[in-house]
Amino acid sequence: MNPLDALFARCREENRAALIGYLPVGYPSYDGSVEAMLAMVEGGVDAVEVGVPYTDPGMDGPVIQVAVDAALRGGSRVAHVFDAVRAVSPHAATVVMGYWNPIEKYGPARFATDLKAAGGAGAITPDLIPEEAQPWVEAAYGADLAPVFLVAPSSTDERIAVVGRTSRGFVYAASTMGVTGTRSAVSDRAEELVGRTRKQTDLPVCVGLGVSDGEQAAAVARYADGVIVGSALVRAAADGPDAVRRLSEELADGVRRGRR
Amino acid sequence: MTAPPPSLPDAAGHFGPYGGRFVPEALVAALDELAEAHRTSQQDPEFVAELDRLLTTYAGRPTPLTDARRLSEHVGGARVLLKREDLAHTGSHKINNVLGQALLTKRMGKKRVIAETGAGQHGVATATAAALFGFDCTVYMGEEDTRRQALNVARMRLLGAEVIPVSTGTKTLKDATNEAFRDWVANVETTHYVIGSVVGPHPFPAMVRDFQRIIGVEARQQCLDLVGRLPDAVIACVGGGSNAMGLFHPFLDDASVALVGCEAGGDGVETGRHAAPLTAGSPGVLHGARSYLMQDEDGQTQNTTSISAGLDYPGVGPEHAWLRDSGRASYRGVTDAQAMAALEVLAKKEGILCAIESAHAFAGAFQWLAEQGGDVSDLVVIINTSGRGDKDVDTAARWFGLVTPAEVAASEVVKLTEGESP
Repeated sequence: MNPLDALFARCREENRAALIGYLPVGYPSYDGSVEAMLAMVEGGVDAVEVGVPYTDPGMDGPVIQVAVDAALRGGSRVAHVFDAVRAVSPHAATVVMGYWNPIEKYGPARFATDLKAAGGAGAITPDLIPEEAQPWVEAAYGADLAPVFLVAPSSTDERIAVVGRTSRGFVYAASTMGVTGTRSAVSDRAEELVGRTRKQTDLPVCVGLGVSDGEQAAAVARYADGVIVGSALVRAAADGPDAVRRLSEELADGVRRGRR
Repeated sequence: MTAPPPSLPDAAGHFGPYGGRFVPEALVAALDELAEAHRTSQQDPEFVAELDRLLTTYAGRPTPLTDARRLSEHVGGARVLLKREDLAHTGSHKINNVLGQALLTKRMGKKRVIAETGAGQHGVATATAAALFGFDCTVYMGEEDTRRQALNVARMRLLGAEVIPVSTGTKTLKDATNEAFRDWVANVETTHYVIGSVVGPHPFPAMVRDFQRIIGVEARQQCLDLVGRLPDAVIACVGGGSNAMGLFHPFLDDASVALVGCEAGGDGVETGRHAAPLTAGSPGVLHGARSYLMQDEDGQTQNTTSISAGLDYPGVGPEHAWLRDSGRASYRGVTDAQAMAALEVLAKKEGILCAIESAHAFAGAFQWLAEQGGDVSDLVVIINTSGRGDKDVDTAARWFGLVTPAEVAASEVVKLTEGESP
């Protein structure tokens, strides 16, 4: 069974949403990033998104852009992503979050094989839509990896259905029209989008973009199957693993308070 | 040599393996809306007539085809014809595309436009159209380019646009494009992103080409009228590739016409310090489409080098990638030094000060003619003079040492460039 399917089954039994945390490989250093990912899991994060640093992260706001720029300057390479997945996957379901070009350059089939061998569960590709994804989807299905695609508030029901049919593991619902970053409030449109997505697919629907504290996590956990946190954790990673652990504990408490 | 079928791209925006849409899901609805607006507008006689009226009475079309007699002597007698996009309103071909997209913006009911700009020519054209149509306008420009092209920053602000210097990444056109995409994702319901070249996700490459085709349509007919036959080669500079695509496209089925694209060779393609993805890059995905790009073995975008801000870009339009692979067009790198030498020749022989971007086309044309061997006096070439060089006088003055250090120090332009009050 894919680790994501096992995770969501367990969360359903516990009647709560899953907590998914993102950190990029190589920030603040390679070792520092793996320590931070493990601290995230100790603090209660259920699944880890291992970010592939990329020079042109078009869907990310300033916090993540600055972090991945620093990671690249520090020599972070695509090959390091598999090392990080190998270190984290024994402790939590682990997916890669990566823009398409580094994966295409690595070779979709080779990327899937190496990710599977490292213990990875799947990959989120924020600039890849199902229409362009055939080589990746075939490689991922073949390796029992979950390709995760996104829906957005502007997506039509027809497109949501396509994303639901193509994805495995879960569907990533972008809560707002915009890029990653902490926001004072999670958009109202997220709940409506989750509702529309549920009508098109039986996959779990996880909400990302703009969740940064326990209260917001609790609010989203009331209606979503998973809560995805990125920029707030990246900001904490700058202060070291303890800060990451503390924020993860707060967020984990939030998803449990949001019990449905 | 095989001509590609004229029906490209396919319905999903693919030119063979190139093009397509590699974008966040949030943008797909807006891209669909834009593709539909473009498609229906092309069949709407009112839209076509309004664009034609603007191009004629506002942008100054048709632009002339200049018979460059002294330049002809310089290159051994070949007939050299200059398509004078430098004489279009705002000083470059960029206005052709911007007026078309502004009309589409109005058609879609949007009231705000954003743009990326490198040399500032596309930003100026967008700010101009925004003023004409009464749109709010924000232009993203790399901080490095705001310094190289300070006068264009002032022009845009004078036209009422907000200019936002971009200090992330390499601080040039690539990063200005990233920032414009981020703005668009957040504001797509009210905002149209006026992409300035034949790059980006479908429908931009085909749509911008359609708005720039007027260059080649006019040049082809003007050449037939003047010379009585088609040219042997049409030659243009290629950054993203819009002036080249506009010139090339109406000649695609004329198999006897060579299509020659000139990329920014920077310090020399062999040095690695250049901006010539078709000459020395490899296929990959950047800014929403698959094409050739400059990337390392991890697929990270590489830094580019060019004296020309408008060509200093690691990607190129997907239709050029297709024309390259199919062999219908050829591409070459032209170094900074070769381009500047050509700029000087054109200035001294014809009294035309072209943009440094366009100077790459002239240098490439001189090379192409030299490669034909022997007597070239029977040959006819069209060179796209895509923009005028006013914005580049400061760079040229430094390159050629045209002003003394004391004159530079006293220059108010330099003070403005460096952020002081004059």
